[in-house]
Amino acid sequence: MLAIEVDELVKRYRGAVDNALDGVSFRVGEGEMFCLLGPNGAGKTTAASILTTTLAPTSGHARIAGLDVVADQARVRREIGIVFQQPSLDLNLTAEENIRLHAVLYGCYPWRPSWRLMPAGYRRQVTELAGLLGLDPWLHSPVRVLSGGTRRKLEIVRALLPRPQVLFLDEPTTGLDPRSRRDLWAYLRARHGLTVFLTTHYLEEAETADTVCVLAEGRVVEYGSPDSLKSFYGGSLEDAYLALLASHGGPV
Amino acid sequence: MIGFQLGGVAAIAQRDVLKLLRDRARLAVNLAFPVLLIAGLGSVLGPTVGKVTGLNSVTLAFTGVLPASLFQSVAAGMISIVEDRETDFARVLFVTPISRFALIAGKVGGESLVALVQAGFVVVLAAVFGVPVRFSMVFVVVLLACCLCGAGFGLVTVAALPNQRSAMQVFQFLIIPQYLLAGVLVPLRGVSAWLGVVSAAMPLRYLVDLTRAVYYSGTSSYGEAVTGALVGDVVLVVGFTAVFLLCGGLLFSYRERSR
Repeated sequence: MLAIEVDELVKRYRGAVDNALDGVSFRVGEGEMFCLLGPNGAGKTTAASILTTTLAPTSGHARIAGLDVVADQARVRREIGIVFQQPSLDLNLTAEENIRLHAVLYGCYPWRPSWRLMPAGYRRQVTELAGLLGLDPWLHSPVRVLSGGTRRKLEIVRALLPRPQVLFLDEPTTGLDPRSRRDLWAYLRARHGLTVFLTTHYLEEAETADTVCVLAEGRVVEYGSPDSLKSFYGGSLEDAYLALLASHGGPV
Repeated sequence: MIGFQLGGVAAIAQRDVLKLLRDRARLAVNLAFPVLLIAGLGSVLGPTVGKVTGLNSVTLAFTGVLPASLFQSVAAGMISIVEDRETDFARVLFVTPISRFALIAGKVGGESLVALVQAGFVVVLAAVFGVPVRFSMVFVVVLLACCLCGAGFGLVTVAALPNQRSAMQVFQFLIIPQYLLAGVLVPLRGVSAWLGVVSAAMPLRYLVDLTRAVYYSGTSSYGEAVTGALVGDVVLVVGFTAVFLLCGGLLFSYRERSR
């Protein structure tokens, strides 16, 4: 079964002359790790925003787990978890309060006014996830006092809590130390059946993906496994990526 | 399903209350501002307004400033949605399965709760300054209407203006004239025709008049303190609130989806 289907997707922002996405199509299988690569302005974040229902497409279709992202928005949102490129935490709350707010808004757990009153299952799941990413010492600290890397870990814990079918990661490991980055990838790999949609600038992370899709100026310019790209263009994935962008005349 | 949506409303509302309790500067300013207006300006106006109308000017200021501060506090709180949008927190909320109207309802509920807690302190402090406390269920309903109307007003401002700076500047421009032309400190009588027209377009005018109508109900001061007809005030408050909330909710939701 396909986790993500995208057909001829077009997005033109209000007042813009060019399309940010210009007829993009691709497929992502269930449990697959899919990586969207491209230079700044290629349309990666626009594609992720449409797939996560925060932006309406101008034309074309996209489906998550068979659900249309426009017609079945609420159901699509139940199937996805997201870590945005920009920090998106409430600085006035503690780490746990941010997670709890998210858990209630996803309908994972009923609303309770404090950590102690939340169901035991919630406390167990949060403790487990926080421990995995080394977040436990800061779980009840205000987000305002946390470092950038710790905040990133918190966003990842928050996204994983609803046990999504598809996890969208938009430049997720920016600001993470190497160990946390390694732990995160090990965890994601171990979660059988979880589909990961990744946008990144780190080519070593793209290397671990099952499929790489390269965007340039809103269009798909290459699509395949990292090995097939390397064998076609020669050298490392980075060499292949740079050669690919140069051949399409876009900014590298 | 309804329980899930209500849980979301409660979670969003709790977030606003926690924010207020942790922001001591905002809490202090929100309490000091109405108290200073009631006790300070109310006393200053005693020899003039009090003498002409025969009303206690501090009590008159209390019945104007209380609805005005509720209206302003909730409206300003709604504008903090723009701050969420700029820090990308709004996107996090919008990708959750909860409906956008539940998110707005939570925001309205939270900001109203915050404003009503502040109003409770203002009432206590006003009583210390000699304002007679006359509470009834109807009075509480009117204060709640001030919150809802302010929420709608703030929502329309946020929906119409995409960034925090412009939203705050325009908000000040829209709020300050209302303090003067809604009769917050002095009941409006004998204003020129054009000022009367401008005043008639201000929702706060009807909230203030309604608050005074309920507060002074059954007293000999009613005729001096209240300038409009009770039924007209009720209809206009309900109308403004419904239009603001509906249009603001729809426009806000549309703008978020069609950037």
